[in-house]
Amino acid sequence: MSSPVQNLEFREPAARAAAAAEELEDLHGQKMVLNMGPSHPSTHGVLRIILELDGEIITRAVPDVGYLHRGDEKIAENMTYTQFIPYTDRLDYLAPLANNVAYALAVEKLLGIDKQLPLRCQFIRVICCELARISSHLLGLGAFALDVGALTVFMHTFTEREKIYNLCESLTGARFTTTYTRIGGLSRDLPPGWVEQCRKFLDEVVVNFDETEKLLTRNRIFVDRTQGVGVLSKEKAIDYGITGPNLRGSGVNFDLRKAQPYLVYDQLQFDVPLGSQGDCYDRYLVRMEEMRQSVRIIRQCLDKIPAGPINVTDGKIVMPAKEKVLTRMEELIHHFILVTQGVNAPPGEVYFGAENPKGELGFYICSRGGGTPYRLKIRAPSFVNLSVLPELLPGHMVSDVVAILGSIDFVMGECDR
Amino acid sequence: MSALEFANKLIAQFGDALSTPTEFRGEITLVLKDAERVAEVCAFAKNTLGFDYLVDISSIDNYGEDPRWTIVYHIYGYGNHAYLRLKTNVSEEKSELPTVTGVWRTADWHEREIYDMMGVRFRGHPDLRRILMWEGYPYFPLRKDFPLAGKPSEMPDVAFSNRAPLEGGPFVTTPGGKDTIAREPRVRVPETDSLPTNARLERRQDVKEIHEDPRHHSKP
Repeated sequence: MSSPVQNLEFREPAARAAAAAEELEDLHGQKMVLNMGPSHPSTHGVLRIILELDGEIITRAVPDVGYLHRGDEKIAENMTYTQFIPYTDRLDYLAPLANNVAYALAVEKLLGIDKQLPLRCQFIRVICCELARISSHLLGLGAFALDVGALTVFMHTFTEREKIYNLCESLTGARFTTTYTRIGGLSRDLPPGWVEQCRKFLDEVVVNFDETEKLLTRNRIFVDRTQGVGVLSKEKAIDYGITGPNLRGSGVNFDLRKAQPYLVYDQLQFDVPLGSQGDCYDRYLVRMEEMRQSVRIIRQCLDKIPAGPINVTDGKIVMPAKEKVLTRMEELIHHFILVTQGVNAPPGEVYFGAENPKGELGFYICSRGGGTPYRLKIRAPSFVNLSVLPELLPGHMVSDVVAILGSIDFVMGECDR
Repeated sequence: MSALEFANKLIAQFGDALSTPTEFRGEITLVLKDAERVAEVCAFAKNTLGFDYLVDISSIDNYGEDPRWTIVYHIYGYGNHAYLRLKTNVSEEKSELPTVTGVWRTADWHEREIYDMMGVRFRGHPDLRRILMWEGYPYFPLRKDFPLAGKPSEMPDVAFSNRAPLEGGPFVTTPGGKDTIAREPRVRVPETDSLPTNARLERRQDVKEIHEDPRHHSKP
């Protein structure tokens, strides 16, 4: 069969030249703009990236964030410090317990009571932070592996996350939106039998880590898709303000739990894993090891946790017991003032950063006195970590984008606030 | 070396340009009197004193006071483990100060966010666009005179102004200056559209009814 394509003959030399040029243009091709997201399975939420492609190679990447912007900072200016705690659940919604702790510590620093917290409260908060870290990394790794084609890992990690949700439920009453901390303490103590449940979970999750590692660490396909991909050098990581496992994956030894110890982290033994290449594979390895270290931390906490109160005793900060409110005058006044006006914070400004699963979650509070912050700025690790994408993506194939995004492990609720 | 000693080094270098350091809850705050020198001071802090990590840039709206804006830089050194807070004030008439993106690359998105939320511009910024709100949004929502409930605003046409691939297809938004309801592909009627042959859409009486309802029309 003859070809249906006709070659046109041009009589005019100019037209002939133009046709030849067009043919040449076709050969070189044009750059194509590909829109990825905001609704794309590998963008883990509503991240949009505009990719400029030369063939399948990315030449330019422009991330577009803000699709989940809810104005949390504006909201915070219009409510008391305690009322804002539920909003922190919705920042990094994969690790709400850790956000609750970071926010409470920031307000307590402003009030000057962060060093007076009862020891039991501090231990419980550390357990919460580390459970949140395991939960967040399990999801991060599961989704990362899913994106690069290893579906089974996701099933494995989600089995364990379900158990963490059960622990959260018996601890806080909620599986997802925990709102567990209060300014100056916690909403409730550990329920009976919780420590044993938690120990049982830790024994099970370690087995799961081994299985997950068997599925991934020496998996040829996974290694091929992640090693040498998305290399972030030490200098660039620092220049872009990257924090958390992504920073440590690039080999920078910085962990706020070690550098600026808060709570009782200075009494606990744990190691900070570091990567050497700064590629997707290193970031995976760092997260894997961090989970094991978190298990180690929780085990120490469960052994060391003392009995005693969980809240500071100052009635002007923590809600008094209900039976006292109904029988005594002073407690009634405290209750009334706390509910209607909130904690009376001094004028001043503080910044507190905590080592959250995604990186440094910081709260900058500018107070002019009274129960509401004048300005509350949230330093969101996902926001800062994503700003490196224009630097990281060019030169890679389109299919590497999912590997890089998975290894950066961001959450849009926190990025967009 | 403690943060206070670093603050004193900065004062030794820049003299009267900086205020005396204040301490609150163990944190050192320095106020830079002239916002125009912020990039210079930051570059010195990074290159000479080793503050290589810009933690965050925040902005405060001192509504009803002069100067109206305060920009707050939190810096940290990986080598010296010292936190420092550097503040500078900008008047409302000016609403502009130099960028520090040349010092730390991470300042890029922080400054864009401040511009987006407060409307303070950063001179020399490579790409000063809105970041959390959409391009073309008319207000600055973190200002104190912006109400908590928000203000009504039209969704922009910018995102849809270019020709879309598959344009004219059944589930593709149309470009142009229509409002969100008219742009929504599911309420489109074939007569006004380039889809006279789409029989499936024509059959859908419910779609036509919605569109004929004047409440859904934005254009006459």
